[in-house]
Amino acid sequence: MISVSLLFFGIASLLVIGGGIGVVVARNIIHAALFLLVTMIGTAGVFLLALAEFLALVQILIYGGAVLIVILFALMLTRIEDFRQLGDNNQKPIAALISIFLFILITTSILMTDVSTSLISSVSLIDVGLTLFTDWAIPFEVASLVLLIALIGAIVLVREEEDKK
Amino acid sequence: MITLMHFQVLSAILLCLGIYGVLAKRSAVLVLISIELMLNAVNINLIGYVALRGLGKSYQAYGQVLIIFVITIAAAELALAIAIILRLYRNTNNVNVDEIKSLKG
Repeated sequence: MISVSLLFFGIASLLVIGGGIGVVVARNIIHAALFLLVTMIGTAGVFLLALAEFLALVQILIYGGAVLIVILFALMLTRIEDFRQLGDNNQKPIAALISIFLFILITTSILMTDVSTSLISSVSLIDVGLTLFTDWAIPFEVASLVLLIALIGAIVLVREEEDKK
Repeated sequence: MITLMHFQVLSAILLCLGIYGVLAKRSAVLVLISIELMLNAVNINLIGYVALRGLGKSYQAYGQVLIIFVITIAAAELALAIAIILRLYRNTNNVNVDEIKSLKG
């Protein structure tokens, strides 16, 4: 008897893994970016199953709304025909070997380690907000500064120098 | 029922796919997308520990705040990396990471 939560977790992880494999094997870069969206939606499902509904919302908003749009904009601003041939470079066998070996290593160590767990429990959004704006207030402000500086840096990087023309 | 092992194995699969993408892809944009995959793997692992270790209320809130910070920094990193790729494309007409050899553009 398979439980309902496990069934939904299976669906979510199918989305995540399918999207990940799609990103790796896609021939067209637009398809790879859209497979990334599939992975993000699956991750949001995993967050929902872990009873973190705010994180699922943030995941959809930031990754689906912002990150994917930024990637698609970048592909649009550069000429798209140049991206059509997406070959793998000649380190492909070594890369496959490394990732499979790492997967076996991690999985065996997961299966051999016994971590005491309890049932899935959650914390309300009110508590998360209170924590974010009391204990983590200074890191929150620093994160906003980091975002601001990163965006200013991005604008400075892509701007054309007018004095050279 | 869902155990911690499920979250960890899912996270490991996604992490290894991301590592393969970073090592094997030629286009810099695809390398960037693979890095996003790895960041998602980290988040899945974190939420598994946060939800299933039976932590107290405040520590669970700490864990969720940590995931929010990971997402924020990922967004900042993506904006800068896209800017660098656009600049690279404008200077060299080429975003294949194995063909870019000069540091002076």
